[in-house]
Amino acid sequence: MKGCQVSLSLADVKKVAMLARLQLSDTELERMTHQLGQIVDYVNQLAELDTESVTPLSHAGELVNVFAEDKPRPGLSRAEVLSGAPKQDDECYRVPAVLGE
Amino acid sequence: MNLLAASATDLVRLLESGDVSSVDLTRVFLERIKSCDTAVHAFASVTQEAALAQARELDELRAGGKPVGKLAGVPVAVKDVLCTKGQLTTCGSRMLASYAPPYDATVITRLRAAGAVLLGKTNMDEFAMGSSTETSFHGPTENPWDRQRTPGGSSGGAAAAVAASMASLSVGSDTGGSIRQPAAFCGVVGLKPTYGRVSRYGLVAFASSLDQVGPLASTAEDVALLLEVIAGHDERDSTSADLPVPSYGELLSEPLQGLRIGIVESHFAEGLDGEIEESVRRAVAIYEQLGATVHPVELPHSRYAIATYYIIASCEASGNLARYDGAHYGHRTDEGRMLEELAEERRLLVESGDADGAEQLDGPLVRMYRRTRAEGFGDEVKRRIMLGTYALSAGYYDAYYLKALKVRRRIRDDFDAAFQQVDVIAGPVTPTPAFPLGERTDDPLSMYLGDLYTVSANLAGIPALSLPCGLTASGLPIALQLQAPPFEEARLLRAAHQFQGETDWHTRRPSLVEES
Amino acid sequence: MREQPYEIVIGLEVHVQLRTRTKLFCRCSTEFGQPANTQTCPVCTGQPGSLPVMNRDAFQLSMKTALALHCQIPEFTRWDRKQYYYPDLPKGYQISQYDLPMSCDGWLEICDSQGVFDPKRVGIIRAHLEEDAGKSMHDETSGRADSRIDLNRTGTPLLEIVSQPDLRSAAEARAYLDELKLLLQYLDVSDCNMQEGSLRVDANVNLHLDEPGGVIATPIVEIKNLNSFRAVERALEYESQRQYEVWLEKGVKKGDIPKQTRGWDDQLEVTRAQRHKEESSDYRYFPDPDLVPVVVTPDEVERVRATVGELPAALRLRLQEEYDVSEYDANVIVNQGRDFVGYFVEVADASGDARRTSNWIQQEILRRLNELQMSIRQFPVTAAALAGLVKAIASGELDSSRGRDVFGRMFEHGESAAEAMQSLGIVSVDAGSLRSLCEGLLAENPRVVAEVKEGKQKAVGALIGQAKRLNPNVNPSEVREICLELIAQQ
Repeated sequence: MKGCQVSLSLADVKKVAMLARLQLSDTELERMTHQLGQIVDYVNQLAELDTESVTPLSHAGELVNVFAEDKPRPGLSRAEVLSGAPKQDDECYRVPAVLGE
Repeated sequence: MNLLAASATDLVRLLESGDVSSVDLTRVFLERIKSCDTAVHAFASVTQEAALAQARELDELRAGGKPVGKLAGVPVAVKDVLCTKGQLTTCGSRMLASYAPPYDATVITRLRAAGAVLLGKTNMDEFAMGSSTETSFHGPTENPWDRQRTPGGSSGGAAAAVAASMASLSVGSDTGGSIRQPAAFCGVVGLKPTYGRVSRYGLVAFASSLDQVGPLASTAEDVALLLEVIAGHDERDSTSADLPVPSYGELLSEPLQGLRIGIVESHFAEGLDGEIEESVRRAVAIYEQLGATVHPVELPHSRYAIATYYIIASCEASGNLARYDGAHYGHRTDEGRMLEELAEERRLLVESGDADGAEQLDGPLVRMYRRTRAEGFGDEVKRRIMLGTYALSAGYYDAYYLKALKVRRRIRDDFDAAFQQVDVIAGPVTPTPAFPLGERTDDPLSMYLGDLYTVSANLAGIPALSLPCGLTASGLPIALQLQAPPFEEARLLRAAHQFQGETDWHTRRPSLVEES
Repeated sequence: MREQPYEIVIGLEVHVQLRTRTKLFCRCSTEFGQPANTQTCPVCTGQPGSLPVMNRDAFQLSMKTALALHCQIPEFTRWDRKQYYYPDLPKGYQISQYDLPMSCDGWLEICDSQGVFDPKRVGIIRAHLEEDAGKSMHDETSGRADSRIDLNRTGTPLLEIVSQPDLRSAAEARAYLDELKLLLQYLDVSDCNMQEGSLRVDANVNLHLDEPGGVIATPIVEIKNLNSFRAVERALEYESQRQYEVWLEKGVKKGDIPKQTRGWDDQLEVTRAQRHKEESSDYRYFPDPDLVPVVVTPDEVERVRATVGELPAALRLRLQEEYDVSEYDANVIVNQGRDFVGYFVEVADASGDARRTSNWIQQEILRRLNELQMSIRQFPVTAAALAGLVKAIASGELDSSRGRDVFGRMFEHGESAAEAMQSLGIVSVDAGSLRSLCEGLLAENPRVVAEVKEGKQKAVGALIGQAKRLNPNVNPSEVREICLELIAQQ
């Protein structure tokens, strides 16, 4: 039960912010550490429940084996696809260089 | 006849008989929005031209004797979380402030096919995360009953639009109470259908295993009408239920004699507002007069529902919102400023002799992502993304997400057991009536705790309905929640409809309406 | 065999693009080579609100492949989100399989007919079904310029096949890849085109060193950017030597540092460390709530197993046992693919001479197929026609060298053996005229007769050439036989 009963540290929050690709100011990081700590402390109450033999429920519906047939359907035109892009050149999306990431 | 006060069911009749044209009716509602919405701010965008064009087309069809759909000409408002092709779909977020999707949500396709006239998109908490419609990038919606108070959330705009007669029907979405709580705060009927009953294709995801689209209206009859149109199997949604859609409207009048109503006594424990308790108990007494019997039931794990909900919803949200990174659509940070910022940071690190730090500095792509997301998302969304990311990160999966899924099973089992004994479970929707704007914005946990009666239905996937059943002394709406086993929406609508036959709470309108 | 002071330990991860018409989770076409961003829809571009629905054929093809790899098919399988940020991954996560893959615990047998290594079973840890990412393009010369993103490939179905670290040399790794590719082609589940990215290989490699005090392992390195099987071999050879040198220099052991990723540079033939941030391996997997699990019944498994058909390993044995061809020949034939085996079997059955069929196929047909870059399906000499030729040779109607002329004619003009023989004016010489031709030759060549009588049987060869000049249709071995017989009678 690693993580339970332990509030978050600022370092934890910094690491999580990087994982979530959020740039937070020092003030935001501090506030986030405090607020997330409160929420984590609250949700840690689940630890008191014994759920050893319980099957997790991912979906209320519990459907299985939903497939689509392998038949092509028209998609979007390139103009439609790229119309919402912040930066594009009529053929491709453009993003800052991916090299070195 | 006051068209604004008429029910959607009445409007369908008036349109069919030719007493009113779709264009005239649409104009009446557009006028109402114009005069009313600067105050209430229920709409994020109004699609006046498209609505009138649609109305004109319907009038022509009708004039030509062509068949028209079930909702032909009825003005409908749609929560800004459902994709409308070529029209803004902002989810109340700066991230999507100028996003116009290249496709229609299945629900939108069905509404169009049924002839509904789409008036515009209603305001909401950012990405449907919130219970007050205060986290919207467009600014808060006000409660038509008391403009100092919140309309609830996240479908606050949807509920306020119906309450203020700016739309006859409206479509919302409910992940943890986002239809029912605003319906309760605004004095309208709101239904969260069974998970899988309504397609999620084109519903911008918050928490995929909990999200469900549903109707809001003044009467249960109207809710039934709208549900019939939007419900049904969709091959584009793997989680959609392949079951026929009953004719909800035709089942409304079956007698309630013998209906077994379950009451969870712990729902009336401390924390529940006294006036709400009184109104809810009175509503249950009305059901007894209608022939129902009342039985105590227990939902022992419901006290863990909020913790379970916030883990599951945040984990799923952290994944669902990863796509907003400025690469393919939506907001992107100013790249020039971003590069300047990076250069400045590098200079400072090099000057201070921190070569390691300079080496570890973000590349332009990572910095683009981080700035874009920091600028595009508001605080509440960031908090939930952070919580979900943390709970899923290495070492914590079992303690949080897996644990929550197991407790979720327990919560579902509780309902299954209770529904062995009773047909519906009745109780409050919210612990308090509409709270003042700004009251809880700085205290996220207190905002979350307000969802205690609603989140269980989402976790268990069962249908639940919010029904006006009183007013507080200060004139704020109070609502009764009815919950039923999966796919028993007809039972909820029948109970709500017959309650409305005995009471007049649903005919009450906020004074805002009377003024204009 | 081992000269190096270490043992190299290799595991391979192979990504196979499955042969479906549409993508894994949407119905966009998977056709290769279309203009950028023209094969996309709301789902594969990750538009808000879009949802995935599993392609039935992709799952079936995966199951078929897994069964051919002797994998177990668990009753319950599901899809997870693997979360990381990259612009060719528009949802911010890849839909893959984490803890409950659709298959596990299989094996693939590899052998080497030249005996470089002993036959062995290479374990398969798992094979799972996931979606591909799109394509990022970057012009390195333009420095800080943008990358361009094409999402046509995004969402293409991939089967990731992960081997146990059972391979002990670059040659074994190559054999594993060749055999796996052959198997996939027999199953017709993928076109296996490496240039088009239908088959991609990553290699995990480290060394085991016998040191005083026990075996020591060097840190595991994952090699990426392997564009051909040849590149895999070279990269493994290079990397094992590099690791050995680093070991000698620094003595770093497995566990001392995290797993490293290196990219293969095909021009310079070196592996190079790729920049790797610590947090990037925290993928935060969780079950994708937009998809539902798949439950497979034992009946369904058997139904798919029945579609697998005869596979290379079984075919090699059958050719040896039923057709009496050598292990080497069986390998050559089977490695050409299912159509080629069918061709061989048809010719061998119709001609009744499998060995001769095998020789003809390997010498004449394979040579021409290779020269012309042609498949056996396109080859102008049909199995029935070749069988006619093999029969004519087997019966002595034709000698081998004339046989090649006939074959050439058949190839050029699409004629049957009989037609080609007629075109070339080949008619069989009757016994009487053959005998008188030989008698004439002996009369004209007394020296040859004398030499043969002295025991130099080889000398008769001179007569065969003369016989062929007199009548090109004579069968050289018959001429030889008759001449020797006549000399013996003298």
